[in-house]
Amino acid sequence: MNWDSALHLALRALTRNKSRAMLTTLGVVIGVGSVIAMLGIGSGAQQRIAAQLESMGTNSLVIRPGSVTHGGVRTGAGGKRSLTREDADAIAELPDVLAVAPSVQTTNQVRYRGTNWGTVIHGVTPDYITVRSWPLAEGEFISQRHVLGASHVCLLGQTVARELFGLRSPLGESIVIKGMACQVIGVLAEKGATAWGADQDDAVFAPITTVQRKLKGITHITHIELVAADREASFRLLKEIKSLLRQRHRLREGQPDDFRMYNRAELAQTSEESARVFTWLLGSIASVSLLVGGIGIMNIMLVSVTERTREIGIRMALGARRGDILWQFLLEALVLSTTGGVLGVLLGLGGAMAVAHFSELPVNVTPGSVLVAFLFAGLVGVFFGLHPARKASQLRPIEALRYE
Amino acid sequence: MAAPLLQIRDLHKAYVLDGVTIQALRGIDLTVADGEFVAIMGPSGSGKSTLMYILGCLDVADAGSYRLHDQDVTRMDADQLAALRNDEIGFVFQNFNLLPRTSALENVETPLIYAGVAKAERRRRAREALQRMGLGERLQHLPNQLSGGQAQRVAIARALVTQPSLLLADEPTGNVDSTTSAEIMHLLDTLNREDGLSIVLITHEQEVAAHAGRRLFLRDGQLEAQL
Repeated sequence: MNWDSALHLALRALTRNKSRAMLTTLGVVIGVGSVIAMLGIGSGAQQRIAAQLESMGTNSLVIRPGSVTHGGVRTGAGGKRSLTREDADAIAELPDVLAVAPSVQTTNQVRYRGTNWGTVIHGVTPDYITVRSWPLAEGEFISQRHVLGASHVCLLGQTVARELFGLRSPLGESIVIKGMACQVIGVLAEKGATAWGADQDDAVFAPITTVQRKLKGITHITHIELVAADREASFRLLKEIKSLLRQRHRLREGQPDDFRMYNRAELAQTSEESARVFTWLLGSIASVSLLVGGIGIMNIMLVSVTERTREIGIRMALGARRGDILWQFLLEALVLSTTGGVLGVLLGLGGAMAVAHFSELPVNVTPGSVLVAFLFAGLVGVFFGLHPARKASQLRPIEALRYE
Repeated sequence: MAAPLLQIRDLHKAYVLDGVTIQALRGIDLTVADGEFVAIMGPSGSGKSTLMYILGCLDVADAGSYRLHDQDVTRMDADQLAALRNDEIGFVFQNFNLLPRTSALENVETPLIYAGVAKAERRRRAREALQRMGLGERLQHLPNQLSGGQAQRVAIARALVTQPSLLLADEPTGNVDSTTSAEIMHLLDTLNREDGLSIVLITHEQEVAAHAGRRLFLRDGQLEAQL
């Protein structure tokens, strides 16, 4: 087999029918282009979801007290006074726990001079911003000293800062929460809404002890949030914490838990899974058009074989083996499909960039998806080119020679 | 004594045309020695073409034996036959059968491609073959830019470029005028006489057949010698 001249032959046969070759290629171009663009859009969505989950803290667990029933009225989660800071300390001792943040929450009006704003007050410890991976915009966070002294200090979320102070810096100013004056020592960076739409920046943060004693007059806590080393650890810790807390709360066999746990990793997994399915869905719809492009190749190759039956006969008379004829036509199909593949990659990249430019959709074209789309195009060429090429090579020499 | 160029014994071939089985060849015996020029004649439909295709290894017989240079052709598969055609046989057809939209030079190169000859060598040999046919000025001409005589000479150059042991010519003068016909026959004579090329010529024209050293007549599927 002489590859050099076989390729030369294929190229010449194609350039003889330029518009036909171009139209056939166009089918593959559109197919490959849409596969790449669709995978890019899907992968972009996947990345955005992953980034959102990352900002929520994907390996984190949240523990809340269980509900309590008062004369038949159940309070819902958090009603029990079962969780304490000692529970949080015990959990911090477990292996693979990176950081623990116990907190209490209360809803209050906060006032600054003439204005006021209703918001959530979080009583937190220094580890809170680590656990939530929430950076500071300015100032400093609550320290251990503030917690021990139940200091009258606080930090503001962006929404509260804007509502009370407008464009001015609240640093060093004093706000009033439920009659208690609090000095603003910092502002947290913008965090945005949660996946379910709650504004996380609409919040004020104070030392846990200050909120417990001075705002609520309680000793228990309402949340424990913790970060596990990795996702597997978070699933394992779910069980370990359950038995630890049951033991600490002296719950007997058969008694229900007096706390509830939420695993954010579970949520993350579900979202990532659906994003992946979404990507596959887009990709497979686009693949259909690539398949249609392949059928176009087969169609045109069958026409070409019929048109050139006599030429095939002449070549056979001159000594072409079946393999020579097979490769001649297969190479033509391959040239069509790989040319379509190359142009399709360019179209796909261009399309993805256009989508990224004109819409809010994030687009992420990976080298892997480009490679897969290109190889798929080549495969389509072989698959749909093989039948016409075999048909050509199986012709009987005399019948091909006599063909009019 | 060396084996003859080709030796056919009791060859039979039937084919089906429009549902009717036609016994084209019924027991052909033929021996051609190296360097011979044999003409096979017969009216149209006498099986001349069928015999020519079998001699040229483009088709296989139903029964009988065919040995070419002491190789048993009847036992060969499609690829072996292709190699044999490439190596041993040169074809000249009535309608030239040049590859369309392909230059004279590339037409002549084609059998060398299938013989696995390297490009530069291919070019050189094809150019030489065309020059011998007096077509040195027309290397890049396409078949439709050539006259009938020129086209047939390109075909002869293509048939000879692989240096075959047998030239099979099927009505080589059927599509050209009488002057060109004489030219082509003169060329075949020269090739036979000066280069010792073995030629089997198929024709229905007496004056064409007269160039051959031996004339055979195909009648009712059998060969008869004709003086």
